[in-house]
Amino acid sequence: MGKYVAKRIIQVIPTLFFVILTAFLLMKLIPGDPAMILLGPQARAEDIARFRQQLGLDRPLPLQFLIYLKRVLTGDLGTSLVYRQSVLSLILERLPVTITLSLCALLIAVSIGIPAGVMAAMKHNSVIDLLVTILALMGLSIPIFWFGMMLIIVFSLKLGWLPAVGLGDPTKGLWDVVSHFILPSLALGILSTGTIARFTRSSMLEVLNQDYIRTAYAKGLRRSLILYRHALRNALVPVITVIGLQLGNLLAGAVLTETVFALPGLGKLMVDGIFRRDYMLVQGEVLFTAILYIFVNLAVDIAYAFINPKIRQTYRGV
Amino acid sequence: MRLNKQILFGLTIVLLNVFFAIFAPLIATHEVDEMDFLYIFAKPGEGGHILGTDDYGRDIFSRLVYGSRISLVVGVIAVGIGALIGTVLGIVAGYFGGFFDALIMRFMDALLSFPYVLLAIAMMAVLGAGLFNAMLAIGIVMVPSFSRIVRGAVLNVKNEEFVLAARTLGASHLWIIFHHILPNIVPVLIIYSSLNFAGAVISEATLSFLGLGIQPPTPSWGSMLAEAKNYLQTAPHMALFPGLAILFTCLGFNILGDGLRDLLDPRLKS
Repeated sequence: MGKYVAKRIIQVIPTLFFVILTAFLLMKLIPGDPAMILLGPQARAEDIARFRQQLGLDRPLPLQFLIYLKRVLTGDLGTSLVYRQSVLSLILERLPVTITLSLCALLIAVSIGIPAGVMAAMKHNSVIDLLVTILALMGLSIPIFWFGMMLIIVFSLKLGWLPAVGLGDPTKGLWDVVSHFILPSLALGILSTGTIARFTRSSMLEVLNQDYIRTAYAKGLRRSLILYRHALRNALVPVITVIGLQLGNLLAGAVLTETVFALPGLGKLMVDGIFRRDYMLVQGEVLFTAILYIFVNLAVDIAYAFINPKIRQTYRGV
Repeated sequence: MRLNKQILFGLTIVLLNVFFAIFAPLIATHEVDEMDFLYIFAKPGEGGHILGTDDYGRDIFSRLVYGSRISLVVGVIAVGIGALIGTVLGIVAGYFGGFFDALIMRFMDALLSFPYVLLAIAMMAVLGAGLFNAMLAIGIVMVPSFSRIVRGAVLNVKNEEFVLAARTLGASHLWIIFHHILPNIVPVLIIYSSLNFAGAVISEATLSFLGLGIQPPTPSWGSMLAEAKNYLQTAPHMALFPGLAILFTCLGFNILGDGLRDLLDPRLKS
C-alpha cells in the first residue's frame, strides 16, 4: 500500500513541473512588451526599462523560468500590482468562500445524482431511466451562469424566498449566512449532478449484471438487501473517483457562479483582476487552482486505493 | 431502435441551428441592431416583437437568430483547431511512442490539470477579448482531450495485422498513417467533435458573458446574457431566451454525440 501511495506521489512531480511551465508560458502570450502593457501607455521609457529589470524580463527565457520555478516552489506566486499584496495572501483570504460554495454544490450534486442514478439503473429502460438520461445531458448543456440568473428571477425576485446576491451577515444569525449560499450552490451543483447520475447509473447497471448478484437472488435474499448491501456498495467505488474529479470542475465553475451572485471568492478576485489587467494575480490564481486540482486528484486516487479491494490486494504486503 | 431515434433527435436540433444560421436574414423579423424606441423592454409579443426587446429596443428573436451564426462559427473553428492539433499530437505520441509520447502526454496531462473554463478565461485575459482570440483559446483548451483520445485509438490500431503487413511490405510511416491509422480513428474524431461542439458553444457564451469574448453590439448569446444580467428585475425575458438557445443547441450536440458514441464505438460507452 505504501508503495502505491509513493508511486502516485512521484507521478505528480512531472505534472506539477509542466503546470508551472504552462503558467509561465501563459504570461509570454501577452502581445508586445509585458512591462509596457503593465505600466500603461503613459509610462516613460526609463521606467519601463527599470520595471523590465525588476520583473527579470531582461534575462534569457530559460533563466526567467528557473527563477519563476524557484519562486513558486517556495510559495511565492508574485505580487498583485493593483492590491500591492502577495497573490497567495489574496487567494487565501478568499479561498474559504469558494471552497464552501464548491463543497455545498458537491453535496447537492451527490445527494441528487446518486439516488437518481440508482433509480435509473433499477428501472432500466423505463420512463424514469429516460428522464434521468435527459436530466444528465441537460446538466452538461446548461450554462451555469444562466441557470443562476433564472434561480435569482424565480426564487428572489418573483417569490422573494431567498436573497439574490452577496454574503450573509453572521451577526444576523446562521440562517442569513446559509440562505445566501443556497441559490449559488444549486446553480453550481447542477454542473455535476448529471455527470454523477450518469456514472452511478452505468456503474450500477454493470454490477447488477454480475454473477454474485444472481447468486444472491438465487439464495432468496430480500431485494432491498441485495440492492443496498451487495450492489450499491460495489457500484459506488468507481463513482467516488468521478466525485473527486468533479471538485476541480466545481472550483472553476465557482468563477462564474460568484460573478452572478456577487460572492467575494476566488472567481470574483480573478474576474476583477482580468479587467484591471492584474496579470500577476490572474497567473497566480490559475496556477493555484491547477495545483489544488492536482492535489485533490491525488487525494482521491489514494482514498480510492484504500476503498477498492482490488488495488489493496495488488499491493498487499509490499 | 432507441439509438437511432436519439441520433435523429440530436441531428434535428443541430440542423435546425444550421438552418437558422444560414437563412438568418430571411428568418429574422427585424434588423439586428435596429432600435425600436417606442418598445424598449417590450415583453414577448408586444409591438410585433415575438420574444420582446432588450434595453435598446432591439428585437430579441432577430438577435438570437443572428447569434446562432456566431455560435456555429466559433464551434466549427474552435473544434477544428482542437481536433487538428490534438490529432497530430495524438498520432505522433501514439504511433511513434517513446520519448515523444512521454513528452507530449506529460504536457497534455498538465494542461488537463487546469480546469477547462479557467484556462480559456486566463488565455483571453492575456490575449485580449474578441471573436478570433475566443476561437483560438477555446480550440487550444480542447487539444489535450483530443490528443489523449486519438492516442488511445492509434494504440489500438497500431498493432493490428494489416498495419504490420503494410510495414513488412515496405510502406513508409506517412503512408501507413494516412492509409491505415487515420481512417480508423475517424469515428472517434466524429464523436468527440460533436461532444466538444457543445463545450465550445458554452465556452463562447461564458467568455462573452464575462466580457472577454464577442464584444457588443455583435449579437452573441453570451453577450446578450451579459447585458440581461443588469435587468433581471425589469426584463427577465432578456435573460430567458438566449439561455434557452444555448441550452437547446448544446443539448442537440450532446444528444447527437452521445448517440453516435453508442452506435460507432460501444467500447467508449461510459
